[in-house]
Amino acid sequence: MVAIARKLDFRERRYAGGVSLPVLAGIAAACVFLVIGCLTSTIFAQQTVAGLAQGAVYGSLALALVLIYRATEVINFAQGEMAMASVYIAYQLIAWGLSYWEAFFLTLAIAFVLGIAIQVTVIRPVQQKSVIAVVIVTVGLFILIDGLVNWKWGGAIRFMPAPFGEKVYHAGGVAFARQDLGTLLVTIVSVVALWALFQFTKLGLAMRASALRPAAATLVGVRVERMLALGWGLAAVLGAVAGLMAEPSQFVLQPTLMQPILLYAFAAAVLGGLESAAGAVIGGIALGIFLNLIGQYVHFVTSELRQPFAFAVLLAVLLVKPTGLFGRRKVRKV
Amino acid sequence: MRARATALGTIAGVALVIALLPFALSAYHQSLAAKVATFFVAILGLNILTGYTGQISIGHGAFMAIGGYTTAVLSRDHHMNLELTMLVAFGICFVCGLLVGLPALRLSGVYLALATFALAVSVPQIPLKFSKYLGGSGGVQAATVTPLRLYAIGWAASAILFVLAWVILRGRTGRAFRAIRDSEVAATSSGVQLPVYKTLAFGISAAFAGVAGSLFVLGTNGFAQPSEFGIILSLQILIGAAVAGLGSLWGVLAGAIFIGLLPQISSSVPVIGSAHGQDVVFGLLVILVMLVLPTGVAGLLGRLRRLRAGA
Repeated sequence: MVAIARKLDFRERRYAGGVSLPVLAGIAAACVFLVIGCLTSTIFAQQTVAGLAQGAVYGSLALALVLIYRATEVINFAQGEMAMASVYIAYQLIAWGLSYWEAFFLTLAIAFVLGIAIQVTVIRPVQQKSVIAVVIVTVGLFILIDGLVNWKWGGAIRFMPAPFGEKVYHAGGVAFARQDLGTLLVTIVSVVALWALFQFTKLGLAMRASALRPAAATLVGVRVERMLALGWGLAAVLGAVAGLMAEPSQFVLQPTLMQPILLYAFAAAVLGGLESAAGAVIGGIALGIFLNLIGQYVHFVTSELRQPFAFAVLLAVLLVKPTGLFGRRKVRKV
Repeated sequence: MRARATALGTIAGVALVIALLPFALSAYHQSLAAKVATFFVAILGLNILTGYTGQISIGHGAFMAIGGYTTAVLSRDHHMNLELTMLVAFGICFVCGLLVGLPALRLSGVYLALATFALAVSVPQIPLKFSKYLGGSGGVQAATVTPLRLYAIGWAASAILFVLAWVILRGRTGRAFRAIRDSEVAATSSGVQLPVYKTLAFGISAAFAGVAGSLFVLGTNGFAQPSEFGIILSLQILIGAAVAGLGSLWGVLAGAIFIGLLPQISSSVPVIGSAHGQDVVFGLLVILVMLVLPTGVAGLLGRLRRLRAGA
């Protein structure tokens, strides 16, 4: 068995390099800059705190994208709409009389099941055909989910209770909204839980194996297809967390909730290297803070230009360092 | 030789039907058919880029927006002839396409998809920022045209651009495009200059999309509005190209009909005939088509042709 496994062709998956020293130095410098900025100016600190919370949301959605990309080299364009649908499910559960947190966890469970169902029913049959077919299917899902939500709940604006209340703490002239702190906490907990799942459990090991070496994983008895479906389920859960945490900052619930956030998540994922889970989270937080600071200090960048600016970041990263901060250059033999 | 005669005959037949069709249609159906022409041009353009050169773009709605705003602004501020504005849109979008194509040289596959997606989301924000010139969310009003004239302009543009695409693709340039799609390394070693042809493909493709954008604006009562050029438009074109079948000009009409008419048809389906029910049907059908016909209508036609040749 081992002999057969050795003969399998893994050359496309051979990587070179890793987290480089300049990148680490750059991140350290950015952190020092932020700390000094926060200590000297309360406005700066205020924007940083707000950016941190928004960035955490971008980071979780980016992480969901990375999860699926690592396993199948597919970008799920419907990830944002799946998250948006989860928020509506939570809304409905609350409307039926559940408390916010009951609805929260029930929604995560539903998102998990739906994520698996989507992978099994529509993604798996086209997975082997071509990349473009999978992209089109996720685009079809985007439109389908968007239509379903609009059809069921209508495009009208709706309101949800704020999960962490409206309370605002003050420390040294900087206001910390309880909502922002809660968002940050929930994101950190879910990311750490996911990391622990991948790092310390047999299931996580099997999932990593299926993503990295599907053929070899099959040979040692891992059910690769099942693991890929599980990956979609987990990504849907992460997306749901991102959606539920993003909703209060928008004040209202409407079907376009996640569309801009999906763009920020794309930029964050690319910034992090598209293959790196840590990179996605750090990329999301960096982007959140960066966009807020730019919006504060560069007057040309008004709120309309926030998305084009994220696009500029994405493009700049791709042109200057296509592998992102933590990505690894793929060596492909031709 | 016989195959070529059949091909020419088919094209002549389709052209004849399109030329005679307006006399049998009501004004409403004429404008619907003009919408199909709009998508025909857009899909044609995307097919040159994605189907023939292998560069995926999810951002063609952005070029349509640029073309559409060109027409609207020129018509509003300079009262320029509408057909002339389409020519200008073609030129401007060609240049924009080259500009986008340059950074896109370094990207491929998923990264290019992401970058173009971001382009599609970003460009409609620009009129909101420069609302003084571009009308903000209220939009820009161009001159209006009757459905019949729109039909004529739309299908005349489609015919011209179809021939243009055919001429480009059958010769040296088309061979270079296909070589790049099939293997960049092999193309380079055979002397194809990757940067030149890749940016050229982007430029041509964007120029086609620009004309489609002009038609699109004329189809919405001459009104160019940011919300009309949202990400959904880009996705629709990509879907149309996939339904048509990438890398072939034969399916383009089917793809255009699919995305042009399906929303109208599905909104009249009784059970789900609400405004948003059509998205549900559309999304479902897109997924179904990809499951059943991953190579699109062109692939199906090719298979039928081979079957007949074999029999």
